[in-house]
Amino acid sequence: MGEFRVHRVRFFNYVPSGIRCVAYNNQSNRLAVSRTDGTVEIYNLSANYFQEKFFPGHESRATEALCWAKGQRLFSAGLNGEIIEYDLQALHIKYSMDAFGGPIWSMTASPSGSQLLIGCEDGSVKLFQITSDKIQFERNFDRQKSRILSLSWHPSGTHIAAGSIDYVSVFDVKSGSATHKMIVDRRYMGVSKRKCIIWGVAFLSDGTVISVDSAGKVQLWDSATGTLVKSHLIANADVQSIAVSDQEDSFVVGTAEGTVFHFQLVSVTSSSNEKQWVRTKPFQHHTHDVRAVAHSPTALISGGTDTHLVIRPLMEKVEVKNYDAALRKITFPHRCLISCSKKRHLLLFQFAHHLELWRLGSTVATGKNGDILPLSKNADHLLQLKTKGPENIISSCISPCGSWIAYSTASRFFLYRLSYEHENISLQKVPKMPAFLRSALQILFSEDSTKLFVASNQGSLHIIQLLEGHFKHLHTFQPRSGTVEAMCLLAVSPDGKWLAASGTSAGVHIYSLKELKAYCTVPAYNFPVTALAIAPNTNNLVIAHSDQQVFEYSIPDKQYTEWSRAIQKQGFHHLWLQRDTPITHISFHPKRPTHILLHDAYMFCIIDKSLPLPNDRTLLYSPVSLTNESDVRRRTAHAFKISKKYKPLLFMELLDERTLVAVERPLDDIIAQLPPPIKKKKFGT
Amino acid sequence: MAALEEEFTLSGVPLGAGPDGLLGVEPSDKTDQFLVTDSGRTVILYKVSDQKPLGSWSVKQGQTITCPAVCNFQTGEYIVVHDDKVLRIWNNEDVNLDKVFKATLAAEVYRIHSIQGTEPLVLFKKGAVRGLEALLAEPQQKIETVISDEEMIKWTKIFMVFKHPVLIFITEKHGNYFAYVQMCNSRILSRYTLLPGREEKPVIQSFTASVDRKFILLMSLSSDGCIYETLIPTHPSDPEKNQVVVRSLLLKAVVSGNAPNGVALSVLDRDHVAVLETSPSAPKDCLSIWNIKFQTLQASKELLQGTSGQLWYYRENLFMLHGKFLTVIPYKCKMSSLAGALGKLKHIQDPGTHAVPHFVNWETSQEYGLGSQNSEQSRILRSRKVEVSLQPAVSASTQLLLTIKNDTEKHIEVELRKFLAIKQTPDFHTVIGDIVTRLLGRCKAEPSFYPRNCLMQLIQTHVLSYSLCPGLMEVALEKTDVQTLQLCLQQFPDVPESVTCACLKIFLSISDDSLQETDISAELVFGYSDTVQDEKMEGQTEIMENGFNPKEENCNKEKPKGTTEETTLSPVTPKRAALLRNAVLHSAYSEAFLLPHLKDIPAQHVTLFLQYLYFLYLKCSENATMTLPGIHPPTLNQIMDWICLLLDANFTVVVMIPEAKRLLINLYKFVKAQISVYSELNKIEVSFRELQKLNQEKNNTELYSIEVLELF
Repeated sequence: MGEFRVHRVRFFNYVPSGIRCVAYNNQSNRLAVSRTDGTVEIYNLSANYFQEKFFPGHESRATEALCWAKGQRLFSAGLNGEIIEYDLQALHIKYSMDAFGGPIWSMTASPSGSQLLIGCEDGSVKLFQITSDKIQFERNFDRQKSRILSLSWHPSGTHIAAGSIDYVSVFDVKSGSATHKMIVDRRYMGVSKRKCIIWGVAFLSDGTVISVDSAGKVQLWDSATGTLVKSHLIANADVQSIAVSDQEDSFVVGTAEGTVFHFQLVSVTSSSNEKQWVRTKPFQHHTHDVRAVAHSPTALISGGTDTHLVIRPLMEKVEVKNYDAALRKITFPHRCLISCSKKRHLLLFQFAHHLELWRLGSTVATGKNGDILPLSKNADHLLQLKTKGPENIISSCISPCGSWIAYSTASRFFLYRLSYEHENISLQKVPKMPAFLRSALQILFSEDSTKLFVASNQGSLHIIQLLEGHFKHLHTFQPRSGTVEAMCLLAVSPDGKWLAASGTSAGVHIYSLKELKAYCTVPAYNFPVTALAIAPNTNNLVIAHSDQQVFEYSIPDKQYTEWSRAIQKQGFHHLWLQRDTPITHISFHPKRPTHILLHDAYMFCIIDKSLPLPNDRTLLYSPVSLTNESDVRRRTAHAFKISKKYKPLLFMELLDERTLVAVERPLDDIIAQLPPPIKKKKFGT
Repeated sequence: MAALEEEFTLSGVPLGAGPDGLLGVEPSDKTDQFLVTDSGRTVILYKVSDQKPLGSWSVKQGQTITCPAVCNFQTGEYIVVHDDKVLRIWNNEDVNLDKVFKATLAAEVYRIHSIQGTEPLVLFKKGAVRGLEALLAEPQQKIETVISDEEMIKWTKIFMVFKHPVLIFITEKHGNYFAYVQMCNSRILSRYTLLPGREEKPVIQSFTASVDRKFILLMSLSSDGCIYETLIPTHPSDPEKNQVVVRSLLLKAVVSGNAPNGVALSVLDRDHVAVLETSPSAPKDCLSIWNIKFQTLQASKELLQGTSGQLWYYRENLFMLHGKFLTVIPYKCKMSSLAGALGKLKHIQDPGTHAVPHFVNWETSQEYGLGSQNSEQSRILRSRKVEVSLQPAVSASTQLLLTIKNDTEKHIEVELRKFLAIKQTPDFHTVIGDIVTRLLGRCKAEPSFYPRNCLMQLIQTHVLSYSLCPGLMEVALEKTDVQTLQLCLQQFPDVPESVTCACLKIFLSISDDSLQETDISAELVFGYSDTVQDEKMEGQTEIMENGFNPKEENCNKEKPKGTTEETTLSPVTPKRAALLRNAVLHSAYSEAFLLPHLKDIPAQHVTLFLQYLYFLYLKCSENATMTLPGIHPPTLNQIMDWICLLLDANFTVVVMIPEAKRLLINLYKFVKAQISVYSELNKIEVSFRELQKLNQEKNNTELYSIEVLELF
């Protein structure tokens, strides 16, 4: 396959935001996750846990509660006092509405899904009616003394439980008055704490209210009498979240120590019908606070300050021991945050509120496999570009020539012209960018850097002609009539003739740039597209899907290529299909048309289409060390050349035929930037 | 699987069998017809399927048949020898033996052998062999002497080996046995000396043989009841030389050792032999079929009317003289299967009842070593042992249960010993449980009855538990039987906390005098808890840790004088210490259930126990490994847990007692020291973590590098 010089980059100082809420939707098997920076992500659990959509964050919009209602409508509420509904098709905020109760701490949808209940800082509990396109305030419940931190509906919809500070109240929904007030013991291991915060409540259909609090207790109350039934002391720190399964036979709580406890309703004795909640399994997949938990029918889902989303399948619920039975830990976004100028060896890093431009170093030395070459020039940090305003950057791109940088936020689009004079860089903002370019989900420059392609969240694709210092709007491909699906992935052919775009769920559309019209659509496939690229010369479109399938589609022939058919016929290697991160980037070797480079977070692979395909009996991953000649021959036997040397791998690109750039983000570096976890004593416990 | 079928008798006149039985049973040229020669004057031809005689011939009064009649398969004529030398040949039509062909020979005949495919061969008593034709051509020809004077032919048989007859005969001389193999065609006679195997007693009772191409497999049944085999080559390498063959053990203890007279052996097929044993004492004899390969008994049959100790086997029929009649037992051998080969119990049944099939339980039978079996059964076969051991166990237990009802303690003990000696039947648990329940029942009924020794023995069987006999500890508590209680605490896995606590109360409150009388195993408590006189010894037994003597350290430097005294002097007597240490500290408990009971213990006793625990703790900390010497020492954790429990339960009381003050102060100091140690450790941990972080940073400073990667 050959020898490469790899620029191994670890200075991308990216830290994902901590997870604040998770909400699981049973109907669509999707998971909504909100982060502390206000980002909301939608994961499709059926599509191999792919993060298919996201809503960019906003500094003032700290999400405190997230819930699904009326089927598949997603609402969030936060400390700015607003309730927000998201448009899951167009990927923007449908509307936001002030609840007039101060910061909102909690929100829950009624069992029927038609009402929304929020708990506010001022101690009020407000009921909203969900109408077909908006929400409408209905009434207030009896106001409590302190903020309402948690809420839960009784499955029949007649009562609610509200967790506050030091007590849990039970409200009658009809009258809106509190029927019981259950005071929680403040004492924590004999020491009286100042306050006991009820972080979470859950109302079960038999009238039991489960509360979790800052004293480390999980308590079960009888809502009819308002008495404490059972108390489990499970942690030395706060218990911050609770989620109950739909069958109400198990629930899960997350603690500030990073532990997730599973509780199950089990029979007291094998024969009797009397059942009891028993703490069954502790899981320690987090190092920091578990701020949010969810309970899907087959898995426990947890997330917290340490930024990992952990999906832990319940083995007793998993019917077949397949790939879904494995523990998933999702840390990095499933999209590319890095773009690269091949010509000038530049890397553009995208952060929430700024961009960084780096120039790669160089070396004159040569070496053999595994050598680290002495640098003749180190990497330079050229530029830091800060956004104005509270909005997060949605997408960004640097042109292949390195002289243009574009990025977009929810409300604006920015284009900059870079000029290089020896070691000096000057940056010039291109003024008067049209408003329709805002909230672009993907930005792409053509290979010759003369055109800019922008995929907007409205489903339209804009083509901008770039001229020296200014621009011209060339064309807009409008979405098919009736669809407003956002386009999130773009690919342009190196010869500038073709543009491929893919939405969140529907297939890949191909447009002819010469004729400026839609050319064809790749046959639909069930799983979302994770990466797209068009090969030079052949104009073959390579598509990677979240189920790890890779297709090659010939644009001129309007059909899948022979190679693609061959690999579909034989099937991918089972180990290839078992990888748990999606392919986020595809590129091609400039000199070897048969080579495709693709990577996910834990490996990169060069597929040599001229070699035979591996079957399930062959070794997919070649061993790390090379021992002898025959070994080498054996390893060159199949088309997939895989290296797991760089991980977690966020970006990989071929700069030229002998040079690769790999951007790694070691987990230890992320952990080092997180706040310290709660210290647990090792001695004297 | 070999099986004996229903026997039947060949009716007709009772055979005039003398004490020696029949002369022989020989096949005739027709299947199903056999020539039976009795030891008197008569030859009878039987048709077996009809169970009827077809013909009968007798020699004249005064003449005696000396050799069993045979059939000449080539001519269909019958041949018999009477008065040693007179040969008679006749056929079915002849009625009177007097009138048939007669030839008088020059030497005494031992046997005539007739076999399909060759002419009959005549074996003379002196070992010479002649073909019948050649002999008849010149009856008075001279017969040479082959064997020496004192040798006597004991047994003989003929085989066809590669279509040539081979005749073998065994001679005996002064207890030594010789085998002669006569190749009749080449007239080669080979002589072999049979050497006894190492473990064999030399008296051979019976022979049988089979042939397997190159070897004659000679089996012999010795008087020790074992079958030995000898391989004799049919084509000797050096016929001139006197050769030696060794007998080796094939099957052990087929026959019980003390049945010396009349044992017959017959090879049935490659894997099976039939053994007929007669015993002098009982009139019943026994026929058994053994599988040689698996060494198992396949079938057996008792013959109640006695046999002559002779056995013939032709064409799937076993012949023997049963009482006065010739009995035929058809025998079938199907394919051997493992299940079949595993065998069948030799069923010793009462007359009149039918055999019930028994199966061997390999699980249990493997564990039974040589128990207290009757010496007559010493077969390897495990199945039999199970059988034998089961019977007395059951009877012993019933016997025992009967005894418990009303006998004296002494008697019960004797019976129990007997029962325990047999030991370990599958239902041992239940039987023991039953016995204990009966014993306790009687204890309750008669207050004076308390079979302590029995109970202790039963506890030591390791099969009892508290739940199996809840009354046992109750009774022991009533009788303040500390010895039994100690045993119970040690052996039972499931003593409830209330009972543990009750025991503890007794252990603490019982007076030293009464404790002295009891016989408590104070194992290893002496080593360190006894008074000063043991100190020297103790010093020697203590482990030296890196050349550091903890004792010295303790006494001389660290501890003030007062505590030195405490460390060396146990606050309780060794016997009490043994009770507390070996029984109570080891017992299982759960805190919540134990605490309320601990509150009931009087304050003085709590103090005493605390003192003892503290003493144990100090003993522990003398040692670098923080353990107590001994085989099963309580762990430091156990000791600390008990201290905590006792204090939790009784702190308010103990704090008021002046004697306990000193102890409490010591404990307080100890806890305080621990806390400071742990807080220091926690501080150190933080420093270490910082160091670790620094270390990591050093490794990860490489933020950018250019590497060479080769992809294959």
